[in-house]
Amino acid sequence: MTDVTLSSGKATARPRRPSGASIGPRWTNALFVAPYLVFYLVLLVYPLFKGIWMSMLQSDMFDDTSKFSGLANYTRLFNDKVFIGTVWNTTLFVLMTVPVFVVIGLLLALALNRSDRTAATLRAIFFGTSVMSVTIVTIIWQMMYMPDNGAINGVMRFLGLQPIPFITSSSLALVAIAICTIWWIIGLPMMLFLAALQQIPGELYEAAALDNASRSRSFWSITLPSIKRTLLVVIIFEIVAQFQLFGQAWLLTRGGPNNASRPIVLFIYEQGFRAWNLGYAAAASEVLFVIMAIAALVQFFVSRKRVEG
Amino acid sequence: MAASEHIVGRGIGNKLILFTVVLVAVIWMLPIAWAVILSFKSNAELMISTGSAFHPPYTIKNYADIFQTSGVFRWLWNSTVVSVGVTAGILILSSLAGYGFARAEFKGRDVIFVLVLLGLAVPEQAVIIARHQMFSDLKMHNTYPAIILPGLSSAFGVFLMTQYFKAIPKDIDEAAMLDNASRFKIFWKVLLPLTIPAQATLGIFSFLGAWNDYLWPLISATKPEMFTITVGIASTQTNFAQSEGLGFLMAQAVFAGLPVFIVYLFFQKYIVRAVAGAAIS
Repeated sequence: MTDVTLSSGKATARPRRPSGASIGPRWTNALFVAPYLVFYLVLLVYPLFKGIWMSMLQSDMFDDTSKFSGLANYTRLFNDKVFIGTVWNTTLFVLMTVPVFVVIGLLLALALNRSDRTAATLRAIFFGTSVMSVTIVTIIWQMMYMPDNGAINGVMRFLGLQPIPFITSSSLALVAIAICTIWWIIGLPMMLFLAALQQIPGELYEAAALDNASRSRSFWSITLPSIKRTLLVVIIFEIVAQFQLFGQAWLLTRGGPNNASRPIVLFIYEQGFRAWNLGYAAAASEVLFVIMAIAALVQFFVSRKRVEG
Repeated sequence: MAASEHIVGRGIGNKLILFTVVLVAVIWMLPIAWAVILSFKSNAELMISTGSAFHPPYTIKNYADIFQTSGVFRWLWNSTVVSVGVTAGILILSSLAGYGFARAEFKGRDVIFVLVLLGLAVPEQAVIIARHQMFSDLKMHNTYPAIILPGLSSAFGVFLMTQYFKAIPKDIDEAAMLDNASRFKIFWKVLLPLTIPAQATLGIFSFLGAWNDYLWPLISATKPEMFTITVGIASTQTNFAQSEGLGFLMAQAVFAGLPVFIVYLFFQKYIVRAVAGAAIS
């Protein structure tokens, strides 16, 4: 949607009246966007650049001064085993959760893409958990995961099986966080897929039904191609969102045991607001920013190629 | 809808799918049910074993204790102030800016719009250290404005409202312009009422987002009396496993979850439509 009046240029004569609105550019029109721009500049653009600047400072907590240290924080980061570990953990977490969000989200959407009451109720159940805060979600899941007193291990013992050390084992802690995350926000991809499914014109399926096409055939040849764009949106959105893992890890495992479930944002939080290494934390946050931008870009180009080719 | 019902309208296969989904939905609700049951058990009993949750006695003492001792009410109030503030601020700023970007021309507008859209790509974590420093320098932490203001810089609402204003046929405001109405009057009287569905979408998102926000309130509000409910409940759960107050913790969680649960029950259709609407735009 381009503005016709804008492209017609300045040469065109425009009606100007003393009190009324004129068509065409006018500086007073900028007053509509000015209030937001103030917030945008002061609370987003300025801290973005200030953050980059801070990442190049070596702060001294004791006399509250800091001096320029170039890329020293970054070199230190890349030699910090704990930080590298958090990058690995976060990537692993994204790889564990994003495919599940896509597959289960789509399966639920396909199964619940109907207009009856049962489907509506089921949709409400699966989406309902997403409106809870991370605090409540993690309290609920602690009750599931607790080593001795938790619900899951209660069931395991009842069945005569070995209890599973979800949050106390370094190989399972991240999996436990992933399960709880999927339970929490599976509703969003489901809803996005549902919205896309309802945009598919009905005639396509009617034609397929006449051809006696099987369910799986009409899925691969009609449904999937029609929702390609949403698929891409969901994947990119989930990658970016899951890279920001923080609350679940902080509240369920505190990043442990032995750093096994410490994500990047938790590292930033601990360095920045517990150890008060502001410059170091700022550098870590810039690295996260770059990783997320790259992940989204790669995904975008790969999928565009596939869609076009 | 009708079309997909065609596909789904196939006897046994469908029953099997429905059965599976219902089963999964039941499993989905078990963790919540478990937390609710635990909240009705006495702390002492749960200390020995949570298995006692399957049989009486049940008690409402944990809920009664909330009214006596906990900071939950103060935190609920803080969350209400913060969420209403964020929602109102976002709606006002985004509506004005959305109208501006969609309709009111000025020099450099399109460039500025692209720059604002780039802001969508900046995650909160990339700016959070510097933001925290800014509010420290102004000695503003542990105040409502400090918790509210950063949320107003999000570009999402501006993007949503700009799209919405652009989709309104131009004839509507051009007719008003011929009537010699001022820009603001056209915005306020003619176009804004047409954007109510978008306001609802954005309002619901903003409110839930602010209510559930954890990271920023966690670092900005360090005094318990300024905690939001999300931060406050989290602060009580540190020693959950060994805690002698398991039942009380559950009651707090259930109680704190109630307002959002009620909002969801009432606005469920609206929330679902909001998500779907935002997805299509």
